[in-house]
Amino acid sequence: MTRSVWKGPFVDQTLVKKAAKVSESGKREVIKTWSRRSTILPSFIGLTFSVYNGQKFIPVSVNENMVGHKFGEFAPTRTFKGHTPADKKVESK
Amino acid sequence: MARISGVNIPTNKRVCIALTYIYGIGTKRASDICTKASINQSKRVNQLNDDEITKIRELIDKDFIVEGDLRREVSLNIKRLNDLGCYKGLRHRKKLPVRGQRTHTNARTRKGKAVAIAGKKKVTKG
Repeated sequence: MTRSVWKGPFVDQTLVKKAAKVSESGKREVIKTWSRRSTILPSFIGLTFSVYNGQKFIPVSVNENMVGHKFGEFAPTRTFKGHTPADKKVESK
Repeated sequence: MARISGVNIPTNKRVCIALTYIYGIGTKRASDICTKASINQSKRVNQLNDDEITKIRELIDKDFIVEGDLRREVSLNIKRLNDLGCYKGLRHRKKLPVRGQRTHTNARTRKGKAVAIAGKKKVTKG
């Protein structure tokens, strides 16, 4: 079910504060964040975040198309390397 | 013969059924169009006169995006997701279900027909 409009987008407040600080200072700083659940706001455009995926931080530079998505969508948590071929499986057993 | 919004030529069927042959129009929209154009639901396409056909055309043009335009819109939406590099885009690229469905079993619509794994029987026997 979609979120009610009257609530507005969900963003962690700490992240908003950090982003405001960085965009005020004008430095091209990377903002480390664990808040994968936060929505990307229009005010974040042009900033670079590094989003934690449970193991490491993945750099995400925000552009205008990303607004409305969540940070977690850009830092995949699983790596699928494909299945082992059947003949190799038999050898290992 | 009736050509409505491009290539669709459904004849000999009831109007509200024939309209669903257009990409982007289902049963709901088709019956809505019929009531708006004040066409009897049980009327067949070959019984329609030119006025009624033009009216249907106008209604579709005015309210709905159909056929090529709709297909383009859908593929552009998918392309946008792919270019963004977000999770949904990755799922589209891998041709796996996008909305969090299970893939251990099922998901055959996206994955295509099941392919037998070569040499799997040997494993179960040994």
